[in-house]
Amino acid sequence: MVCESWKAKLDTYLDGEASQEEMRTFDAHLRSCASCSADALARVQMKRAIQIAGKRFAPSAEFRKKMQQSMASKPQRRFRLTWMLAATAAIIVVAGTLTSAYLGTRSSRDQVARDHVYSEIADLHVGTLASSSPVDVISTDRHTVKPWFQGKIPFAFNLPELQNSVFSLLGGRMTYLDQTPGAHLIYDVRKHHISVFVFQERALPARLEDGSLPPQKLSFNMETWTQGGLRYFVIGDASTADIDSLAKLFKAAS
Amino acid sequence: MNVSGEDLQLDSFEELALPLFDQLYNFAHWLTQNREEAEDLVQETYAKALKGFASFRLGTNFRAWMYRILRNTFLTSRTGLKTTMTVSLDAEEDTPELPVERDTPETLLLERSNRELLQSAMDDLPVHFREILLLCEVEEMSYQEISETLSVPIGTVMSRLSRARQTLRTRLRPQLQEGPRTAAAAKGTIAKVTNYGL
Repeated sequence: MVCESWKAKLDTYLDGEASQEEMRTFDAHLRSCASCSADALARVQMKRAIQIAGKRFAPSAEFRKKMQQSMASKPQRRFRLTWMLAATAAIIVVAGTLTSAYLGTRSSRDQVARDHVYSEIADLHVGTLASSSPVDVISTDRHTVKPWFQGKIPFAFNLPELQNSVFSLLGGRMTYLDQTPGAHLIYDVRKHHISVFVFQERALPARLEDGSLPPQKLSFNMETWTQGGLRYFVIGDASTADIDSLAKLFKAAS
Repeated sequence: MNVSGEDLQLDSFEELALPLFDQLYNFAHWLTQNREEAEDLVQETYAKALKGFASFRLGTNFRAWMYRILRNTFLTSRTGLKTTMTVSLDAEEDTPELPVERDTPETLLLERSNRELLQSAMDDLPVHFREILLLCEVEEMSYQEISETLSVPIGTVMSRLSRARQTLRTRLRPQLQEGPRTAAAAKGTIAKVTNYGL
């Protein structure tokens, strides 16, 4: 009978809506009750499955562009942006002070999640290059590779024009990062292979920061950024300058 | 430099509304179950929100406000009206909860199901169950935010959410017992949940 009263509130607890006192009591109960903890685990599994399955639809590139254009019909004014940045910074400082303890724990969790993504990207890069057939669509022509992804991944993206550059496109393949479908492109520069990964930002399991990652962290040079709702990763054993150049080409094309 | 109130308003609106674009589209597509209608719905939502932005009180929940506009626009659309004519929104609120079962669909889901199976079951849910599940699990809204978005009391949020989950579990069970569609995909989809910190 006692457990029935716990179970009636289990969803509230798992949704993070119980009071702190209730959460503590629940935690203690779950540690000692196999039945309730099995039930809680099952419900968490369902929550997680719905969360993944629910991120299903993405706007088309055309629709996104249309909306962005209609929203940006008036010119931005620099000083307002500055004011807003200042206000945002102030809010961040205040919020940071108030919630530092909470954020401390959370930021370390976020860091673990980010490291996990970077490590997965490095694994995908190495695993693919070690494969006997690293690409599914073999072409140096971006007009062949880009359409190949249509219907295979839930978003569209642009490939850069490589004429007059040191890079050449070898081809592409579909890839998955934590069950999230994405595009994997392989480029060649001075006998080095560089992978470019593209995923939907919101589908990734961690909030990532834009920028370069030092090679000592991954054994590769990597640059990552977000643009138009997509998260790009450029990774390889080529020089930082080459990685940066390819990233710039992608940024200009998107 | 002179800046009109309208310009300031437009900039503030852009800053707040553009980051919600992908999420709102996903939600709209789930509601309408059609790409063109979802695009129209999102477009109309942004137009209405911009028009009514002056009435939005800064400091209150902008996300819930946007979702409320989208949902109300959907409910008054042809598809929305058709949906609500066939399903009473609050008919289920006072129905007692079913007891928790031991033979859980979640376990079967963990072992064998796949994302498409769950998505199909969610497609078949009544729209008021589908939307509350999406707001809670995908958008990770608090009960308070959901209450604001759906314009219902928190008690209704809790009971409707509970019924939605129960209905989904009930509908998944026979499908899961039929067997996997793509077992490999399912294994990958759900494998990570076991690491949840309980």
